[in-house]
Amino acid sequence: MADPQTLNETLQSQIGEQDGAREKLLRLCRQNKLAVVSAVVILLILLMAVFAPLIAPYGEAEQDALNRLQPPSAEHWFGTDELGRDVFSRVLYGSRLSLAIGILPSIVSLAIGILAGLLAGYFGGWLDYIIMRIADVMLSIPSLLLAMVVMYTLGSSTVNLFVALSMVGWASVARVVRSQTLSIKESEYVEAARSIGVSRWTIMRRHILPNCIPSLIVLFTLNVPSAILSESSLSFLGIGAQPPAASWGLIVNQAKQFLFTQPWLCLAPCVAIMIVVLAFNFLGDGLRDVLDPYRKNQ
Amino acid sequence: MKSVLKRIVGTIPVLIGVVLLIFIMLRIIPGNAAAVLLGEHVDQATIDRLTQSMGLNDPVIVQFFKYIGNALQGDLGESYRYSRPVTEMILEAFPYTVELALLAALFAWVLGLAAGVVAAIRQNRLLDRLFMGASLMGVSMPIFMTSLLLQYFLAFRLEWFPLTMEQGSLVSMVLPAIALGWNSAGSVARMTRSSLIEVMQADYIDTARAKGLGRRAVILGHALKNSMLPVITMMALQLSSMLSGAVITESVFAIPGIGRLATTAINNRDMPVLQGTVLFTTVLVIAGNLLADLLYGVLDPRIRKEV
Repeated sequence: MADPQTLNETLQSQIGEQDGAREKLLRLCRQNKLAVVSAVVILLILLMAVFAPLIAPYGEAEQDALNRLQPPSAEHWFGTDELGRDVFSRVLYGSRLSLAIGILPSIVSLAIGILAGLLAGYFGGWLDYIIMRIADVMLSIPSLLLAMVVMYTLGSSTVNLFVALSMVGWASVARVVRSQTLSIKESEYVEAARSIGVSRWTIMRRHILPNCIPSLIVLFTLNVPSAILSESSLSFLGIGAQPPAASWGLIVNQAKQFLFTQPWLCLAPCVAIMIVVLAFNFLGDGLRDVLDPYRKNQ
Repeated sequence: MKSVLKRIVGTIPVLIGVVLLIFIMLRIIPGNAAAVLLGEHVDQATIDRLTQSMGLNDPVIVQFFKYIGNALQGDLGESYRYSRPVTEMILEAFPYTVELALLAALFAWVLGLAAGVVAAIRQNRLLDRLFMGASLMGVSMPIFMTSLLLQYFLAFRLEWFPLTMEQGSLVSMVLPAIALGWNSAGSVARMTRSSLIEVMQADYIDTARAKGLGRRAVILGHALKNSMLPVITMMALQLSSMLSGAVITESVFAIPGIGRLATTAINNRDMPVLQGTVLFTTVLVIAGNLLADLLYGVLDPRIRKEV
């Protein structure tokens, strides 16, 4: 019989090798400084969005007819638009809608995708076939066109934009959850849980879902920027968010007619989109390296 | 051969699903399409007559099978707005989109491959960092930003290129192609780099080096060829996504392609045109993905057995 002391040490070293969540986070901080910086940037931008009314020097729709289409200056950092609205303030307020449209639909599609993936993977059979064929269909229609079709049907409005983008992203989540469910379903501990009479829902919730979480975090982090890009593309085309609301894409849409005379109007919202998307991409890549080492190179 | 056939047959339910989904989604609009089309000042009898002639009184499922039947014969209905066959409008717009997509792909692949190979060779050095940073920026820039930047600086300021597309002028397609290809160039570069780095660690590379082959010969003669598999698949996928992603570029540079057709169809509430363009593009994307899959099998004998 092994010495209790050494047994304990071995156990502890094994636990250590498995890496707790905190250990993983620390490793991320050490290895990937870019991801950490990105996380800080995202946090800062989120704070700016939340406290926009406090930070913005002017109101979201505050017009100043005497100071229209002004170049950047000390009073108006990014200049003013055709109605004399301060572009810096509008970009700040626009971050609320743009970030909300990046994050909320991603959460909805995550929820739908998890449910669909669990059902398809766990129950299999015809349910699996139907769910996955629907996912195939959703994935094969280019997402911008799919969102355009939804916007046509529901009409261009900010709320409908949420609906359209929520419908687009779930299929890829469902695929990931399904494939993980399929492999975990066969593992011994799920077998054991089943044999002592644990219900299917509890197995899915307690045993299968937690194992999907690392991939889901990565998927979510990479889903947000693509939703932000889709929103800005649709709004840029004039079939997304509608004025007087401000979103980054919409600001560019209204500024593009002044591209050759007042080019700075386009620049600020474009750069804002790029920074946020870049930060989320860096963070997503960093998280993938830590949470999902097998897919590191993809 | 059997697996190829199986893969092709496998896309049929997806195709039917796509048609069904788009068809239903465009028909759950509240209100009568005929009434919307005619505007406000018409009497009910006129609306009823048009509803009848548009076949809108038939059950949706009947309309669906009629549509599929017609679509298979190349008839995608008639534009509400222009009273022209949708197929004709699509075929008119398609060459522009194809030209744009091909040029964009050419730009993306040449630039992406070159940058990826250089970055892999100079792994973790300055040039690598620089290229990878630039490619990530390429991936993160919205297409309209790239388009507007190019339009402002290269066309408006430097006057090197025309502002918008001109009929029959290849030069006027250069900026749109760069704008559309920019993102893809970034992904190709990243994929090439990581794939090449992985291949460079294989044993046969060490063997080749041990035989006394130079670094350049090893990379060009052995490593590059084997690292291209995932890259080529990705390229095939990109080509089909470019065909569909041209919506923004075509809007900025006023190119009368498929994407512009779809955008104007939305603004005109021209359902048959939107339906036709979305279906047409999706079928192309599905075909592209199928081709990419089959190509992978042709290029990699190991996959051929598994599929």
